[in-house]
Amino acid sequence: MKKQRLFELDEAMGFVILAAVIFLLFPAILDDFRLNLFGKYLTYAFVAVGLVLCWGAGGILSLGQGVFFGLGGYCMAMFLKLEASTPENTAIQSTPGIPDFMDWNQLTELPIWWQPFHSLAFTLAAIIVVPVAFSYIIGLAMFRRRVGGVYFAIITQAIAAIATILVIGQQGYTGGVNGITDLRTLLGWDIRPDDAKVTLYFVNGALLFVCLFVAQVIRKSKLGRILIAMREKEDRVRFSGYDVASFKIFVFCVGAAFASIGGAMFTLQVGFMSPTLVGIVPSIEMVIFCAVGGRMSILGAVYGALLVNWAKTTFSESFPELWLLGLGGLFIAVVMAFPNGLAGIFDDYIKPRLAFLKRNRTAADPAAQHSPAE
Amino acid sequence: MFSGYSMSELGAIFAMQGFAGLILFSVFVLMALGLAIIFGQMGVINMAHGEFMILGAYVTYLVSNFFAEHLPGLFGIYFFIAMILAFFASGLLGMAVEWAMIRHLYKRPLDTLLATWGLSLILQQVYRSLFGAREVGVTIPDWMMGSLPVTDMIEVPINGIFVMVLAVSISLAVYFMMFRSTWGKQVRAVTQNRVMAGAVGIDTEWTDRLTFGIGCGVAGVAGAAFTMIGSTGPTAGQLYIVDTFLVVVFGGAASLLGTIASAFSISQAQSIMEFFLSGSMAKVLTLLTVVGILMVRPQGLFALKLRK
Repeated sequence: MKKQRLFELDEAMGFVILAAVIFLLFPAILDDFRLNLFGKYLTYAFVAVGLVLCWGAGGILSLGQGVFFGLGGYCMAMFLKLEASTPENTAIQSTPGIPDFMDWNQLTELPIWWQPFHSLAFTLAAIIVVPVAFSYIIGLAMFRRRVGGVYFAIITQAIAAIATILVIGQQGYTGGVNGITDLRTLLGWDIRPDDAKVTLYFVNGALLFVCLFVAQVIRKSKLGRILIAMREKEDRVRFSGYDVASFKIFVFCVGAAFASIGGAMFTLQVGFMSPTLVGIVPSIEMVIFCAVGGRMSILGAVYGALLVNWAKTTFSESFPELWLLGLGGLFIAVVMAFPNGLAGIFDDYIKPRLAFLKRNRTAADPAAQHSPAE
Repeated sequence: MFSGYSMSELGAIFAMQGFAGLILFSVFVLMALGLAIIFGQMGVINMAHGEFMILGAYVTYLVSNFFAEHLPGLFGIYFFIAMILAFFASGLLGMAVEWAMIRHLYKRPLDTLLATWGLSLILQQVYRSLFGAREVGVTIPDWMMGSLPVTDMIEVPINGIFVMVLAVSISLAVYFMMFRSTWGKQVRAVTQNRVMAGAVGIDTEWTDRLTFGIGCGVAGVAGAAFTMIGSTGPTAGQLYIVDTFLVVVFGGAASLLGTIASAFSISQAQSIMEFFLSGSMAKVLTLLTVVGILMVRPQGLFALKLRK
């Protein structure tokens, strides 16, 4: 069999164009405030790329990606909050040196599981390890018992619901409904001013490309092809001797890790983390980013996340009532009319025209070679 | 945990919490019945189920206002008329939705989930525009107010009893429709083998539409009953949808008895724990237990023995 190249020509072009859009076009045309907003949208793109792997390639629809987004976000927020809560900054509290919301909830010392988050190295490790371990447990329990499809979606949704209730209920440990706010510095570097946000935007973009590259490697590897085979005919793959559950667990863990990185970057870019980003509604919105972009296309997922969020901000600024109608309509339209999203529209309508251009050139080329001979 | 309460007080607490649990149970059963028909029999995930329920609640609200203004003499019985209207309103909307959306998506269950979620967002916004964002309540007829004293420490509210009676009678009605009527037989035949059912002369498209409509109609009745014990807001349906899906999945998707048993255990566990823990922790523990059990036993409590 012909060995697949990591990047076909048009895929490489797609990566280059996306890089140009993120690193050149947006910084050139957007002011600092809008750029920061797009930085926030990029953090959702991480989740959407993870979902392309899980849902588009693997056929596993998780409605609990917000939980992983939140895990990463909260890990980062805990570190930043501890750094912001020096005894000098919190001198007016009855117990100086602990985060303000703990003091409001009559906690007198830092809970033991907050302690390790004084260390940045531990925090960075936790951002990857915690969600991967969590998704591994869920995946192990579910996929080994061959739970899939709709049931998996409902159970992950229930987990998202549980996570939100838990975070809101345990105010003293998590900051409750407000979440963890008033984050200031990362190792002494102030994350609040505009130029810091712009730097973070570029870090965001770079990390996103790392994730996109990993996703591309997975898709082009043998593993990626097994995933697709599994989605199409799970039993046949199983009978061929592959351990279906392991592949599913793996891809689910990768999706969770991507979401978690996105969450951690969200905390840095936006400056807070709250349960409104964990629950059922944000989790299902993340699925729609992926669906609008195209559930089969990792690049499409990035565009989907950017476009839907941009539309959300624009519409809810000017017509807040219309936005819910628009979002609802978008869900229905994407599912009913464009199941492959923007990427599908591109492949069906725009690519043939580009191919027409390409054919013109190749048709022109031999003629050009011929003419000197005559 | 139990210190500081005497035996008789503890008994009364358990009885009262148990009764509160029974009311919650009735609400779960009413909501889950519609879902058990749609999800359990047809395998369609209807995320807008809560909104169909809320439609029933708003219909009840409108009917109660109408009776209060124009027919005050008959106010005592408005609820029964509201219930019938709620059934038809939700049912007809359900049939329209099935015709426009669901029938194109039977082969893609995950996509149905997303599309109906979109529908639920649209319905929520429509309710908000029509009825306002604030919660509305209905005036309960006089005969439903007050409570029956059972002993001097235990009292049971009459509206709670009414909701329970309603839950029992609708469960019985659904049981007879599902397992004793021609329609029920057709529904089950279509679910098990669509092509074969069509070949023996069942109009499968019409059966699907009717099933979806009846499931939504039952949700509407649930909404009507819901107004007797709580107020209605545009997003109230979304609060219950996850619980309800868990109830149906936990019970075993295709089993009506399982749905009722799981509604009972979940609601009782939640309301008894609520007394000793905070409300949110009680809910977390209940849901975690359910999810944990589902991970060990994915087919639910009462599974049909099927060869797949």
